[in-house]
Amino acid sequence: MMTAPIISFKDFSFQYNSQTEPTLQHLNLAIYPGEKVLIAGPSGSGKSTLGRCLNGLIPQSYQGTMTGSATVNGHDISASSIFELSMDIGTVLQDPDSQFVGLTVVEDMAFSLENDQQTQPDMQAATTKWAQTLDLTDLLTHRPQELSGGQKQRVSMAGVLIDNSKILLFDEPLASLDPASGKASMALIDQLTHDEDLTVVIIEHRIEDVLQQPIDRLIVMQDGAIVANDKPEAILRASLMAQLGLREPLYLSALKLAGVDLADCTHLDRLADLAVPNLTATLQQWTAGVDLKVPQVHADPLLEIDQLNFGYDPQRPIIHNLSVTLNRGEMISLVGQNGTGKSTLSNLITGFLTPQSGKLLFNGQSLLDQSVKERADQIGYILQDPNQMISKTLIFDEVAAGLTLRGVDPDEIEQRVLATLKVCGLYEFRHWPISALSFGQKKRVTIAAILVLQPAMIILDEPTAGQDLQHYTEMMTFLTKINREQGITIMLITHDMHLMLEYTDRTIVLGNGTILMDASPADVLTNDAIIDQASLAKTSLYELAEQHQLNPTEFVAKFVQAEREAR
Amino acid sequence: MQNQLLIGYDNRHTFLNRLSGSTKLLCFVGLSIIGMMTYDTRYLIGVMVFSLIIFHFSKINYRDIKFVVNVIIGFSVLNLVMVYVFAPHYGVTIYGTEHLLLGSSQHYFNLTTEQLFYEFNLLLKYTFAVPLALIFLMTTNPSEFAASLNKIGISYRISYSVAIALRYIPDVQNDYRTISLAQQARGFEMSKKAPFMTRVRGSIQILLPLIFSSLDRIEVISQAMELRRFGKGKKRTWYMAQKFKSNDYLALLCVLVIILIGIGLFKVNGGRFWNPFN
Repeated sequence: MMTAPIISFKDFSFQYNSQTEPTLQHLNLAIYPGEKVLIAGPSGSGKSTLGRCLNGLIPQSYQGTMTGSATVNGHDISASSIFELSMDIGTVLQDPDSQFVGLTVVEDMAFSLENDQQTQPDMQAATTKWAQTLDLTDLLTHRPQELSGGQKQRVSMAGVLIDNSKILLFDEPLASLDPASGKASMALIDQLTHDEDLTVVIIEHRIEDVLQQPIDRLIVMQDGAIVANDKPEAILRASLMAQLGLREPLYLSALKLAGVDLADCTHLDRLADLAVPNLTATLQQWTAGVDLKVPQVHADPLLEIDQLNFGYDPQRPIIHNLSVTLNRGEMISLVGQNGTGKSTLSNLITGFLTPQSGKLLFNGQSLLDQSVKERADQIGYILQDPNQMISKTLIFDEVAAGLTLRGVDPDEIEQRVLATLKVCGLYEFRHWPISALSFGQKKRVTIAAILVLQPAMIILDEPTAGQDLQHYTEMMTFLTKINREQGITIMLITHDMHLMLEYTDRTIVLGNGTILMDASPADVLTNDAIIDQASLAKTSLYELAEQHQLNPTEFVAKFVQAEREAR
Repeated sequence: MQNQLLIGYDNRHTFLNRLSGSTKLLCFVGLSIIGMMTYDTRYLIGVMVFSLIIFHFSKINYRDIKFVVNVIIGFSVLNLVMVYVFAPHYGVTIYGTEHLLLGSSQHYFNLTTEQLFYEFNLLLKYTFAVPLALIFLMTTNPSEFAASLNKIGISYRISYSVAIALRYIPDVQNDYRTISLAQQARGFEMSKKAPFMTRVRGSIQILLPLIFSSLDRIEVISQAMELRRFGKGKKRTWYMAQKFKSNDYLALLCVLVIILIGIGLFKVNGGRFWNPFN
């Protein structure tokens, strides 16, 4: 006999009061106790709205109209308060930093117990128990500012697990973690599912990273409806991912490139158990058939960094004897663990910080005697969060701001701004208020505002963070275009292995204030020691190659080449 | 960069650190009120000496508070000068006698012993609470603030907003720094090279994105709090609240005695002023 579902949606629709169309349309969904479910879908597919329905933020914080029925642990969501639902379902929000309410770790863990008016001895017992389970015992009196991204997420988990609710909801748990922490986080979630007998719902669009641990069911949403609801293997086999606007796992793309018939494969969702007849032979044959082209050489030095040293406390340098040369026209990824000085290095280049010693040459001229403003004419720096850069309300004004400040003639400003808006695909929106744009479009406005100054180089911090496959691809195609057509040197600071592999020619790995490795992305991502030191993660391509006695570096390089040619 | 919020709390292992935050807050508020009400110079000097002795025991390093103390002295002196400028005869009005030191009674600006004495009382009132405030701030764990406020009867929602502000000050400072750098890179000259007005205008440019990012923060944090049942009950407990121990009762008793003496003096003096001129 089948047990009753713990989460059940029947013909459920929801429309926000502020919207003209329903965001969720006629959903039918049943999740059973003990299941681990992944809900995926592009931005605007309604997956976050579904999450809000589950935890009660809808209708409490976001008003709207519901039809059909929806129950969580037997409670009708339209009749339950957010407080009641929070006893059934614990939510870990996307950004662990912003949901950290306590001044210290232990206070944050005890927050919901305080609201339940529990006594101090009870709270102490509960926090001690969960601190042990989640390995937070040594951090209890630390402030949030002292924790790493992975540690903050563990605190968030402890703060909801402490309620002993049987369902856990994770909203994009991987979004703000480096690859190694992301991997550890998925393993921890899997372990908790079993140890604590939980039902887990994960909302995430990075499917490959979630599939590192077994998932019982994959639910794909599009335009407010469920378009696929099956075991991950079945959905992967049907090759639906790309159609549905989701990024396919890399090993799957590799299998397809090699001409493997997915219908013959078993355990497609789990690379370690993947079984395909004659796979080794097929892959070896494919590898032998691809010739690696000689990479394009960029030999014209643009930015030369020589023996750079910097530290707020000179005894503990953050950047230590760092030397590197970036060439004109290169597309470079800068990677490394959080806190290894990636931002410090960009701040030294852009002039926000002054090095203790060393040389910085741009186009053969020293940058050290130039002001931030003068350097900005040649090197643009784009922050991860566009909202932190935008200071005007209209798109045209925002893009024109840099030129206006430089006292450029108004006619020339108009001409240059319009030309830049065309390059960035924003020309049609030029009279729009910025607030009406999507996140990705805002990001483009900030890039346009820098491009209009005609820099020779731009540095971007996580250009694709939080964007779905379609927006990601658009953004990267755009950056590739300005790199190729305008010869602008681009340096991307990123945690995204896929991004560095598929779009950059050169990867600089930073660690302990110096350069650990400077090579092609395929070389970096197949070097075990470096992966470990820099908190990167092995890609599934590497594992696939290893399993089938292929040279991983060669295999990865050939795969990337084939993918790029297909684009 | 940590501990830059307020003037740093540090566990200095004194009996003041071991008192509960609520006790310290109650004592501070009680003594401040009675000190603000009375103009009895003897009493004010007594309380001042008392607070300086306590301050000595708190082991607070003078270097850590030098800046704050200088600011307070500066403002007090400015205030005293302004009181003299606007009301040079107020002392005479209060005490009913006139002992001229400088000038004649016909002039607007003259100097009387009564005015000097009145302003001396004012100075005492401004300064006697400073050591007490510093003791409260620097020996109370910030985590205990909210619990203490709640305990003396302020609603827990308002009390918690204090804790949230403490929690987010470093984050907002970080945002400000990041935004400021990004604006500078666009060409807003914010360094000391730029004229003052340009820098002011530059700061305003930073404000808009800062407000938007702070509003985003507030929205997320309030959701995160609701999801963990903040606001469910009429009351809440506090993990960091300290139970009252015998020392707390002893401290409260001492302060109560001091306050009662102050009230008693109102009776003796027949009002808030002690008049040595009669």
